[in-house]
Amino acid sequence: MGKTITQKIFEAHLRDEPFEGTKVINLDAVFCHEITTPIAINDLISRNKDRVFDATKVKAVIDHVTPSKDTQSATQAKILRDWAHRNNIKDFFDIGANGVCHALFPEQGFVRPGYTVIMGDSHTCTHGAFGAFAAGVGSTDLEVGILKGVCAFREPKTIRIDIVGLMPQGVFAKDVILEIIRTLTVNGATDRVIEFHGAAVTAMTMEERMTLANMAIEAGGTSGVCMPDEVTVEYLWKFVKDEYQNNKVVALAAFKKWHSDPDAVYEKTIKIDISALEPLTTVGFKPDQVKKIKDCADVKVNQVYIGSCTNGRLSDLRIAAGVLKGKTIAFGVRGIVSPATPEIFKQANAEGLIQIFMDAGFCVTNPTCGACLGMSNGVLAEGEVCVSTTNRNFFGRMGKGGTVHLVSPASAAASALTGHLTDPRTYL
Amino acid sequence: MKSFGGPVLILDRSDINTDEIIPAKYLTEVSKEALKAHCLEDLRLDGFSNASAAFTSARVVITRENFGCGSSREHAPWALEVNGITVVIAESYARIFRQNMFNCGMLAIELPRETIDDIMGFCGAYANSTCSVDWNGQALTFTGNTKSLIIPFVLNQFDHALVVSGGWVEFADANY
Ligand code: SF4
Repeated sequence: MGKTITQKIFEAHLRDEPFEGTKVINLDAVFCHEITTPIAINDLISRNKDRVFDATKVKAVIDHVTPSKDTQSATQAKILRDWAHRNNIKDFFDIGANGVCHALFPEQGFVRPGYTVIMGDSHTCTHGAFGAFAAGVGSTDLEVGILKGVCAFREPKTIRIDIVGLMPQGVFAKDVILEIIRTLTVNGATDRVIEFHGAAVTAMTMEERMTLANMAIEAGGTSGVCMPDEVTVEYLWKFVKDEYQNNKVVALAAFKKWHSDPDAVYEKTIKIDISALEPLTTVGFKPDQVKKIKDCADVKVNQVYIGSCTNGRLSDLRIAAGVLKGKTIAFGVRGIVSPATPEIFKQANAEGLIQIFMDAGFCVTNPTCGACLGMSNGVLAEGEVCVSTTNRNFFGRMGKGGTVHLVSPASAAASALTGHLTDPRTYL
Repeated sequence: MKSFGGPVLILDRSDINTDEIIPAKYLTEVSKEALKAHCLEDLRLDGFSNASAAFTSARVVITRENFGCGSSREHAPWALEVNGITVVIAESYARIFRQNMFNCGMLAIELPRETIDDIMGFCGAYANSTCSVDWNGQALTFTGNTKSLIIPFVLNQFDHALVVSGGWVEFADANY
């Protein structure tokens, strides 16, 4: 009987099966940020166990609230910073080098096919785009991961999504994943890994695959995963070429051994035809409440946010800037863009994208999670509406009493120009 | 080991997310006690306005599907715990929240919809219902007036071991 990629990864990393159905796996990477790690650090200190299992496998970043906004966030940052220095964690990213974790860590080449990764952050599923098993966990799992390099899971079953057709013009990876979440519902993939297959996925860049995998958790998924291929090899090449004797064929063969077997067993397989998909938006306060954006043109917009681990990468900024070029955003709309990492910021600047955003009337912030979770900048007032390229539209997510509509970067930019939810196709 | 059981708090809605259990703006706190006053303050539930009043006596939360979805923040179980809640009973959970509860040595008990209907019906009929938890024998006993309702439940072995150990740090430390 064939195996899924997740079964292969679990087998290769199995440390213990203390009870039937409970798998304790060895970890290749433990990622940390300043919101969920400090309590784990303090707990380790109080237990007299202030150590890390392997300083080369633990990576840390200050990204959610940076630069610090008050004494409390400064204290959190300091706890993480001091801990990283004390424990000799070389891959620690502070002001000037920091950016949104799920954009920064892949950019640094920290995730490889077949890896096991945890982080105290639900969108850790993003890294499954590389053919890894990457799962969000709480602070206690994180603490044990830091100390012992292991984590326990019930071996997840897999839902296979076969995406049929190619993305029509004006439709992006964000629209595809919103359609998938609409189909699965917010808990349709709980305790499941979501495997993404189909010609549309094969044709996607790593950035697009990360957008797809990023929102697996919004359907309850433990991880989202794409099969590693030539695109993965290209993206990781500068980091892996020595390991594979400078031979891409060797690297590709090594990556492909993780692929799910043709006769792998899935809990279910769902076909999703995107050949006639139209640009989408969420409505309401759950990410599976999704409509065609053209049917929501009466929704007025106070703020437009372009950024986050879902859609704050260079290709996203290019698309949004393409819509905004030579235009200005509607009167009364506040536009905010947060390039997700310093590299992305620099590149966007070199390509003239930052200029386009500023000429259009956008505020450009430093790389940070920022407005995405309403705890540092860009907070909404009660009753306000934000059209956002992020991943969560929970009531109050971006500020108490505020409403969020999740869209692609193209749709966000188009909505900024008109001041209401807008189908981007006439602007592309 | 924690103590389990006591008066119940009914939250009759599905998909209550961790932002509702504890809003992101309080995540800069590095002490669990500081979360106490803010638990459920953004909950969207008709007729529910005063979280701190609800928590003065409650020890057990009864709710619907997909409880604890969204952000992985363990601040959600901590915010419940500092308010005295160490047991949640629901139709289903988001994976991370459920694991976080057991990792902290707390109980996240899963029961079918009809059973949750029965429990909510019972607790609705008898104000001041309480729930006692025999987690070893795996049965819940709800008591109101002179009536009672006994509901069996199942804990898998790993979850049971986590409760006995007091949580995942203790279990992992002893075994790995
Ligand atoms: S950008 Fe938003 S969703 Fe992504 S890690 Fe930051 S806060 Fe979480």
